[in-house]
Amino acid sequence: MPELIAPLAGNVWKVLVAVGDKVELDDEVIILEALKMETPIYCDDAGTITELKVTEGDAVEEGAVLAVIG
Amino acid sequence: MFNILKELIYSSGVVSLTGGNLVMWLVAFVLLYLAIKKQYEPLLLLPIAFGILVVNLPLTFLMEPEHGLIWFFYHYGIEQDIIPPLIFLGLGAMIDFGPLIANPKTLLLGAGAQAGLYVTFFAAILFGFDLQEAGSIAIIGGADGPTTIYLTSKLAPHLLGATAVSAYAYMALVPIIQPPMMKLLTTDRERKIVMTKLRPVSKLQKICFPIVTGMTIMLVVPPAAPLISMLMLGNLFKESGVVERLTNAASNELMNIVTIFLGLSIGATMTATTFLNPKVLFIFFLGLFAFVISTAAGLLMAKFMNLFLKDKDKINPLIGAAGVSAVPMAARCVHKVGSEANRRNYLLMYAMGPNVAGVIGTVVAAAILLKNLG
Repeated sequence: MPELIAPLAGNVWKVLVAVGDKVELDDEVIILEALKMETPIYCDDAGTITELKVTEGDAVEEGAVLAVIG
Repeated sequence: MFNILKELIYSSGVVSLTGGNLVMWLVAFVLLYLAIKKQYEPLLLLPIAFGILVVNLPLTFLMEPEHGLIWFFYHYGIEQDIIPPLIFLGLGAMIDFGPLIANPKTLLLGAGAQAGLYVTFFAAILFGFDLQEAGSIAIIGGADGPTTIYLTSKLAPHLLGATAVSAYAYMALVPIIQPPMMKLLTTDRERKIVMTKLRPVSKLQKICFPIVTGMTIMLVVPPAAPLISMLMLGNLFKESGVVERLTNAASNELMNIVTIFLGLSIGATMTATTFLNPKVLFIFFLGLFAFVISTAAGLLMAKFMNLFLKDKDKINPLIGAAGVSAVPMAARCVHKVGSEANRRNYLLMYAMGPNVAGVIGTVVAAAILLKNLG
């Protein structure tokens, strides 16, 4: 199953989707905050969010799985 | 009754006000507006503006040597060089050298972006500034407030207000000054370059970095010691992971406390007589020139490095602009411009490499100027 990976380390600022939501390629899924800057993370695949691995406020490392798209 | 009133008026500051004081009030109000309404570097601009305001109230003697309250802040904090190193202690406790350790060649970008300093040094001499003044003006190009204050207080204290304010102004104006230059000097294709993932950096490497780098720099350029030693100590606090309280104290409480005294003292150096001087305008102009040349040098240095790098290792030349030491404003700006070219381009951490290298580069440049001119 395709996974959405954090491209940089930061804190999860906003989660814009919920489990079960349909997402398209290039949809904004999560906004990370790093160095006081909001960085939107875009979907690499179309599908349905089957799992969210993070919630708002979590600290994530680069390469961490943010969500699973089925 | 009339005599008492007359006495009161003459002992008040009102009759001693000069036109220059009123102009400085205006400057203070503009800065207060920028700080409060526009939120440009409010942590510094607010105390600076207030310092300007109170020092331009006649007969308050706040900056009277050996007597005035703010003079003592200024004397012990800045003239005796206490505050800028303490700011560096806090900065060290906040910054992550990881991206620089992972990609050491970005050190070249931090060094390349200091070119503006040297160009401006000679430009300032052409404009009639003496060597010490030229050195203090040139350092503005690094866009590093504490280093600028440190160097100016040693070389040309009478210019302190002007160089400090312009250094902080250009730090705040990074998002306005840098993007047009980035777009001018790079192609769309270059801006789209996605960089290869940074290698992971171990905790041991992060602990060794401040010790080894600090010792090396201080052995080679000893005058850099006050700033570099504090920067590396702060970083060692952070990376050691065992003194979280000290890390927090250095980066939060202590940093905030000294920021108050720094801002107020800098503002208080700006009396009408020292600040309302055509030289000050030149300082702002030359400072901007230094900053622009430094940005361009960083970008061009990155493009030059790409000539020697294999396709898969090519760097995005935008990160060269982060070689000026405005941390993390310059890195943020790179990230933003990069994501406009390619929204899946996340350059922030890659840009932090040259950005932290820029801090070191500016301190070393300041130390070299100090050694030769001080």
